[in-house]
Amino acid sequence: MERGMNKRIQNLRRTSMETAAHIDMERAKLFTEAYKLYEGSVSVPELRALALKHYFSNKSLYIGEGELIVGEKGDGPQASPTFPELCCHTVKDLHIMNDRELIGFNVKEEDYKFQKEVIIPFWEKRSIRHKIIEHMSEEWKLAYDSGIFTEFMEQRGPGHTVGSENIYIKGFLEYKADIKNAIKALDFLHDREALDKENQLKAMAVACDAIIILGQRYHDYAMELREKEKEEGRREELLQIAQNCKAVPAHKPETYWQALQMYWFVHLGVTSELNPWDAYSPGRLDQHLIRFYRKDTKEGILDRDRAKELLECLWVKFNNQPAPPKVGITLKESSTYTDFANINTGGITPEGRDGVNEVSYLILECMDEMKLLQPSSNVQISTKTPKSFLLKACEISRKGWGQPAFYNTEAIIQELLNAGKSITDARKGGTSGCVETGAFGNEAYILTGYFNLPKILELTLYNGYDPMSGRQLGLKLGGGEDFKSYEELFEAYKKQVAYFLDIKIRGNNIIEKIYADYMPVPFLSIITNDCIAKGKDYNAGGARYNINYIQGVGIGTITDSLAAIKYNVYDEKKFTMAELLQAMKDNFAGHDRSLNLVLNRSPKYGNDDDYADKIMQEVFNYYWRSVTGSPNIKGGHYAINMLPTTCHVYFGDVMIASPNGRLAHKPVSEGISPEKGADVKGPTAVLKSASKMDHLSTGGTLLNQKFTPSVVAGEDGLEQMANLIRAYFEMDGHHIQFNVIDRQTLIKAQENPQEYKDLIVRVAGYSDHFRNLSKALQDEIIERTEQTFH
Amino acid sequence: MNRPLVTDIQRYSIHDGTGIRTTVFFKGCPLTCAWCHNPETKNFSRQLLFNGEKCTGCGSCVQVCPQRAVKIRGGIAVTEAGICSQCGVCTDYCLQNIREISGMYYTVDDLLQEIEKDKVFYERSEGGVTLSGGEVLAQDPDYLEELLLKLHERGYRVNIDTTGYAPFPVIKRLLPYVDTFLYDVKHMDPDLHKKYTGVGNSLILENLKKLSREGAGIWIRIPVIGGVNASAENMVQTAGFLKEKRISLQQINLLPYHNTGSGKYKRLQWEYPEESFTRPAREELEGYATIFHEYGFQNIKIGG
Repeated sequence: MERGMNKRIQNLRRTSMETAAHIDMERAKLFTEAYKLYEGSVSVPELRALALKHYFSNKSLYIGEGELIVGEKGDGPQASPTFPELCCHTVKDLHIMNDRELIGFNVKEEDYKFQKEVIIPFWEKRSIRHKIIEHMSEEWKLAYDSGIFTEFMEQRGPGHTVGSENIYIKGFLEYKADIKNAIKALDFLHDREALDKENQLKAMAVACDAIIILGQRYHDYAMELREKEKEEGRREELLQIAQNCKAVPAHKPETYWQALQMYWFVHLGVTSELNPWDAYSPGRLDQHLIRFYRKDTKEGILDRDRAKELLECLWVKFNNQPAPPKVGITLKESSTYTDFANINTGGITPEGRDGVNEVSYLILECMDEMKLLQPSSNVQISTKTPKSFLLKACEISRKGWGQPAFYNTEAIIQELLNAGKSITDARKGGTSGCVETGAFGNEAYILTGYFNLPKILELTLYNGYDPMSGRQLGLKLGGGEDFKSYEELFEAYKKQVAYFLDIKIRGNNIIEKIYADYMPVPFLSIITNDCIAKGKDYNAGGARYNINYIQGVGIGTITDSLAAIKYNVYDEKKFTMAELLQAMKDNFAGHDRSLNLVLNRSPKYGNDDDYADKIMQEVFNYYWRSVTGSPNIKGGHYAINMLPTTCHVYFGDVMIASPNGRLAHKPVSEGISPEKGADVKGPTAVLKSASKMDHLSTGGTLLNQKFTPSVVAGEDGLEQMANLIRAYFEMDGHHIQFNVIDRQTLIKAQENPQEYKDLIVRVAGYSDHFRNLSKALQDEIIERTEQTFH
Repeated sequence: MNRPLVTDIQRYSIHDGTGIRTTVFFKGCPLTCAWCHNPETKNFSRQLLFNGEKCTGCGSCVQVCPQRAVKIRGGIAVTEAGICSQCGVCTDYCLQNIREISGMYYTVDDLLQEIEKDKVFYERSEGGVTLSGGEVLAQDPDYLEELLLKLHERGYRVNIDTTGYAPFPVIKRLLPYVDTFLYDVKHMDPDLHKKYTGVGNSLILENLKKLSREGAGIWIRIPVIGGVNASAENMVQTAGFLKEKRISLQQINLLPYHNTGSGKYKRLQWEYPEESFTRPAREELEGYATIFHEYGFQNIKIGG
C-alpha cells in the first residue's frame, strides 16, 4: 500500500523516497563567489549574511509536481549542499561519499573537478575544521583519535535548535525594523562593544533581505509555472502558492497554509546559512498552528482534510533533506541520513494548561500515515494530557517503528527550571534532536560531543594505557592489580574522568571562540530571542540562555563492568583481577567460566537490583557533578545528557572486551538502556533501574524498550503500555521509546540468544523470555508474531 | 513457620487479573494435572533444571560437583537424581548457562521486598499481586496469613490463583485479605477429574460454593483441553453448576490448552504426555462461550 492520504501526497512521498541522496555544489560555488567578492571589505558577520544573500539571490529554485509547500535547500529532493567553510572535503572524501555502501551521496563527475580546482584551493586553510585541528592540544588529539570523546563542531555548526514562535506573529520586514531600531539605540559613548554590535545587527538586516528575496523569487517562479500550466486546478494552486510566497516571509502569516510556508522558509534559512549539525526543528508545532487552524476552519477556508494534506506536504519537505554529508569520526558518531528535525506534540501551554488540541491529533494521524523517519515525531505527555491522546500515541508506537517517542513534560520543565529558565520559557520548551531539552526560541543549547565512559574504565584498569591503540592516554595511577579495594579502583576512575573532561572542555572553549569569531549566524540570530536586543550573535552568546551539553555514553556497560569487578573480584572472590585483565585481553577466549560468571551470574543494571543500580548512580553522579556548572564562553555553562545517536557503536569499536563480558569491538550500551541482554526481569524492572538516575539534573536521557507485538497487543496490552509510560514519568523519567520486534529479529534472537536475553514474548496465558523457550516453541512464536502484523 | 519455595517472581504480569501485576509462583501442588504447563512447580522440593538440547558435554559440571552426581553419557551431562543435592555449585561453572536450580526459599519480608518494587506500577494501573503456583494454598497457612496481612496493610490488591484444593478453614483465614480468587474448574465429572488431576472434584466444588457464600471476588478459570474437558457436555454441566449454586462471579476465562510447558518437562528430565491433548480451535471456544452466555453469565473471555 502506498502511504499518504491521496494521490498528490503519495506521489510526493514516492519521489522523496526514491530519489537518491546527492551532493549539490551550488551552495559551495555561490558562497565561494561571495567570499571572494566581499571578504576583507566587510565585517565577518556581514560577510556571512552577504554570502547567504548571494546564495538565495542566485540559487536554482524547485517546485515539485503537486507541491503545496515550496522551497528546497539545494536543487531538489535529496540534494545535499556542502559547507566548505566548515569542512573542506578532499577529493578522496567525495569518492568515499559516492562509493560507500551506507549513507552514500552521489557525486557528479564535474563535482570532483570543481572541488579540486575551486573549492579546495580557497577553503583548505580557511575551514573551521582546519582551524580547530590547528588549535587543539596533543592530549586532545590523542584522546579524540582514540575514541575517548567526539567533537560535534568539528565539521558541523552549532545549532540543533528551535527558533522563536515570533515568526508566526512577525514578518522579516518587521524584524528588519526591530534591527534598525536596535542599531539606532547603540551607545557609542559608553559601550565598548558598540561597533561589534552594529556589525552584527547590520548583518542580521542583510539576512532579512536574503530570506525576503528567496520568498520573492519563489513567488515569481510559481507565477511563471502558472503561465505554462494547463490544468485549471493546479493553476489555482500555483496562484495561491505565489500569493503565500509574497506574504511570507516578508510579512507575518495570515493563514494556516502561510504559517507552514513561513516555517519552511525559516527552516531553509537556518539550514542554508550553516549546517547546524544537523537539526533545526519546528518545536511545538501544534501550539503554533492551532490559532491559524481554528480561524481558517471557522472562516470556511480550511477543512480538516486540507489541513492534514498540508501537514503531509510539510512532512515530505523534511524527508527531502538528508543530513549534510559527514566524514571521519563525525560520520561514526552520527551514521545516518536523519537530519534530526523533531516535532513536539502535546505538552502544556505557556499558562500551564493541557496543550493537546485539534492539530495535535492531526499530527499523530499524519505521522502514522506517512511513516517517515524525518521529521522525527514525538509526544510530550504531562499529567494533564488526556488519556485518549496517550492511547492514540501508544497505538501508533506499538506498530513498532519507534515513533512517536514519549517525553515527560513535567521532567522537561523541571530540567529547564533547574538550569535557570523562567517558568514561562520552560513551559514553551521541549526536546529536539534526539532527547535534548531546550527553551525553544530562547536558547542556544549546543551538543559538544559524546564521552566514552566505559573506555575510561578500560584505561583505568590498564594504568592509563590504551590496550587498543597501544598508547599512554591517561594518568598513571596504577593498574587493576594495584587497587586493593573497589573504592581504590573507583577513585582512580574518577581521576581519569576528571582529567579527560578537562581536556574536552578546554578544547570546546577554544572551538566555541573560533565559531564566535569566524562563523556567526546572523539569520539564526534574528529568530532567536534576545540576539537583536543584545546585538550579539547566536554563536557568541546572543541567546537568552546558553548551555553546552556533553553526552555520556555507555552507562549500562560501565555499570555492569564495575558490578562484575566488585562482585567477583572484591566481594565474592570468584576470580582475581589478574585473571580478569587477562580474560579481557584474550577477548574471553579460553576464559569460559569467567565469561559465564560475568555474563550470567553477576548483578546488572536494568533489573531493579540495588547492587548494580547504586554503582550506576555513583558513575552518573560523578559525571554529572564534574561537568555541570563549568562555564562556557557564551556566558552560560555546561550540563550533561545521556544519549548516543550511533556513537555507542563507534565507542565499542575502539575498546577491547569489557569486564561485563561485552566482547572487543562490540557496541557499548546505548542511552540509559541496559547493556543488550543484561535486563532479564521485564520492563518494569528496567524502568525502575533507569529511574534511579536523577533525570531532572540532566538535559535529557534516552531509554529504549523492546517488546514483541503480542506483549502490547489488544486493549489490555495498549492500556498497560500507557500505564508503563505514566508510571515511568511519575518517577521522573525523561523519555522512553518502544521497539516492537518483528519476525526477522526473532529469528536473529534464536540464532544468538545471548544477545537477546531481554526479549520478552507472549506465550499463551503468560509471558516469558524468548531465550527460555524450546526451539519448537520459538518457531511457533516466530510464525505467530508474523500473523499479528497483518 | 515453614518458608515456602518460590520458582519465579514474574513482574509485568498483565494476564493474571487487572492491571500490571507481580505474580509469585510457589513450588508444590497436591494435584498432578497431566497437562500442567508449569511442571517445575509440581514438586515441593528444589530441583535441578537442565537444558540438554544445548549441552556440549564439556564436563565442567562433572569436575565441580561435590556429590559426584554428574556423568557424561552420550555426549551430554547426565545428573543422577538420587545423588544430586541441588547445591547449585555446577550452575556457576556451566559454560552454556543451562543448569539452574528451581526453587528459592523466601521469608515473608524478602518476598515483600520483591513485591514492593513495582508498587508504582500497581498504583498507576490498578494492578497488584497474584499468588500462584503450584498451589499457593498448599503452603504453610501461618506464612500465607502473615504475607497476606502485610500486603493488605500496605494496600495492595491480592489475587490468589488456585486449584481450590485446600481445607476450607485455610481459605477462610486468608479470605479477608484477598481481592479476587482466580479459581480453576477443570472438570465436572469426578472420575475424570481424578483420572487427570489425581484428585476428585468434590472438595473443589464445595469450597467454591462456600467462597461464593462468603462474598469473595471470584473469576472462574477453565483450562480447555481437547481430549480432556473440551466438550459441550462438560461446559453445560459447568455452567449449570455455577448457575444452580448461584456462584457469584465476576468473570469466566476459557484458557485454551497450549503445549508451552513441554520444554520445561525436558529440563526436568520428565516425559511429556502430549499426544493425548489438543488445542481447541477458536470457533470451538466461541461455542463454549455461547453456552455460558445462554446460562446468563456475562464477561466471558477467551484467554487470560
